[in-house]
Amino acid sequence: MDNYFHIPQLAKRKAKAKRFKYIAMMALVASVAFLAFFLSDMIIKGHGAFTQTYVKVPVLINEKTAKFTHLAVDRKEYGFMVSRAWLRGLKNTLKDTPEWMNTNKERWTLANSNVDQFIKGKYNRLKPEQIKKIEQMQKDGKVERRFNNIFFEKGDSKIPEFSGFMASIVGTIMTMIITMLIAVPLGVMTAIYLEEFAKDNKFTQIIEVNINNLAAIPSILFGLLGLAIFINFFGVPRSSPLVGGMTLALMSLPVIIVSSKAALKSVPDSIRQAGFALGLTKWQIVRDHVLPLAMPGMLTGAIIALAQAMGETAPLIMVGMIAFIPDISTSFLDATTVMPAQIFTWSGMPERAYIERTAAGILVLLGILISLNAIAIYLRKKYTKTW
Amino acid sequence: MNIKVKTDKLKLWYGDKQALNGVSLDIYENKITAFIGPSGCGKSTYLRCLNRMNDLIGGVTIKGKVTLDGHDIYGVGVDEVAVRKKIGMVFQQPNPFPKSIYDNVAYAPLMHDMVKKGKECDALVERSLRDAGLWEEVKDKLNESGTTLSGGQQQRLCIARTIAVEPDVILMDEPTSALDPISTQVIENLMTKLKEKFTIIVVTHNMQQAARIADYTAFFHLGNLIEYSETEKIFVNPQEEKTEQYITGKFG
Ligand SMILES: Nc1ncnc2c1ncn2[C@@H]1O[C@H](COP(=O)(O)OP(=O)(O)OP(=O)(O)O)[C@@H](O)[C@H]1O
Ligand SMILES: [Mg+2]
Repeated sequence: MDNYFHIPQLAKRKAKAKRFKYIAMMALVASVAFLAFFLSDMIIKGHGAFTQTYVKVPVLINEKTAKFTHLAVDRKEYGFMVSRAWLRGLKNTLKDTPEWMNTNKERWTLANSNVDQFIKGKYNRLKPEQIKKIEQMQKDGKVERRFNNIFFEKGDSKIPEFSGFMASIVGTIMTMIITMLIAVPLGVMTAIYLEEFAKDNKFTQIIEVNINNLAAIPSILFGLLGLAIFINFFGVPRSSPLVGGMTLALMSLPVIIVSSKAALKSVPDSIRQAGFALGLTKWQIVRDHVLPLAMPGMLTGAIIALAQAMGETAPLIMVGMIAFIPDISTSFLDATTVMPAQIFTWSGMPERAYIERTAAGILVLLGILISLNAIAIYLRKKYTKTW
Repeated sequence: MNIKVKTDKLKLWYGDKQALNGVSLDIYENKITAFIGPSGCGKSTYLRCLNRMNDLIGGVTIKGKVTLDGHDIYGVGVDEVAVRKKIGMVFQQPNPFPKSIYDNVAYAPLMHDMVKKGKECDALVERSLRDAGLWEEVKDKLNESGTTLSGGQQQRLCIARTIAVEPDVILMDEPTSALDPISTQVIENLMTKLKEKFTIIVVTHNMQQAARIADYTAFFHLGNLIEYSETEKIFVNPQEEKTEQYITGKFG
């Protein structure tokens, strides 16, 4: 060994560096493992909800059963396996298919959630002889699993196999529209004013500090604020996308202001100087030279604020958006629910079939959030100019 | 000779730190005037007073008088934006807008309603780029971003952009210090040509540059104007000891 380059402490220092590296790596592995565990747990629990069981049973339709639809299938033989919701909906089905009148044929019907859970190999409350019957029907090809379009078309229901996520997806979209319509213009304008126009004095400094603090306030307080101001004072209807959107806008506003300010700050001052030296007004410089450069950063901030607001439940509980909503709302003043609130509601239901719906709802929400973040990253990559 | 810009006992404070201690100076029309002096002596500060760029910095106090053609640029009711249209500026670092070459030149004249969109504007863009000696190099790529040009080309684009608004005076703060010798020479030649149309004031750390292109030279030291006269006089026969020490490299 050539001792010329020997440093006495080097081995020890290197060992220290190595140890630190391993600790840091372990932290990374742990956090990735948590995520992977959570995600796989959700997929295992939730993938079942994307299919739904149908059974082929004789359905008798005549004047009487058309009126009292619960009599359309033989109560004793098949009653336990057909969904009450399907029978209830028979009246409407008959309007579309009048040729079913006065027939007694085997038809595909939506299965009861217990049968559905049995088919999916999950806990159920079927009795042994019922299980035997289902197994026989399975052999005869009278049991089928189909893509669960109910989940993506309907709202909540007290009948698990008939409950869907769509009402809350629509509710979330409507709420977010209101949030963005309020928070983005207000936030961007505030940021432009603070960053480009306001004089740097005590007053603006205090405002800026408070905006930063606002971003750290527990979100439920915004819910209380929304309840007090929008519902009690202005009389905006409870549970509506309007009040939910306004409440979330309060919460998103500081995030959007802070990120827009950062985006404006990152525009080099030389651009502004160039504009001033040409005799341009401040507004011309900001509008045509600064804003285009700050736009990708602002957009990214807005999308991240949107994603954050989308996953928020607490403030919405305060304004009553955790309601039982069977119908997809069509106006911004209707009572609505949102995705995380729907997930929360389902997670508290006693029926087993809601467990997979809870997990499936989480997967849908996660999917949307991940896509939003991907879009944000894509936009930032695409429009970031170098100069 | 016509006096274009005149300052009288110009004093400036950044907060309570004085940066200019009463500078009185006459700048002549269609000449190149160079400002030299050690770093931090107030050359840029003085230059930025001439088109009110210091107004943009908070906490600056300015006393004294600056006139353009005899009119006080700090006078009551004088809009600093209007002043800057008459007195343009080119910076040390080329700073084209991240827009097309065409838009870089056309933007300000359009905003000032000097030309209409279309042929008139095209002509102005071509004329300005020709005057800045850039036309031949960029005429086929006017729609490309100004930031794709080389440093020297970018600086000439900035000059083209400045002369497009047809100012009377062009201020240049070390316009070649970020450029290679060849680009520097191109810009120097350009400046001697431009002085036929404009009054040019240039800050430089390069004494040879001042000697080569300037008709008049002013030497600043610690916020004071030490000496100001024809360039030849300053370099061959300086009156002040400090000036001599500086140009012979004894301090700086
Ligand atoms: N924005 C500012 N705020 C406070 N002090 C400043 C500001 N700009 C310049 N100064 C101070 O004013 C003095 C003069 O600065 P100035 O930039 O005019 O020097 P300069 O002669 O241009 O130097 P250089 O050759 O290095 O560019 C310096 O002491 C500097 O620290
Ligand atoms: Mg300087």
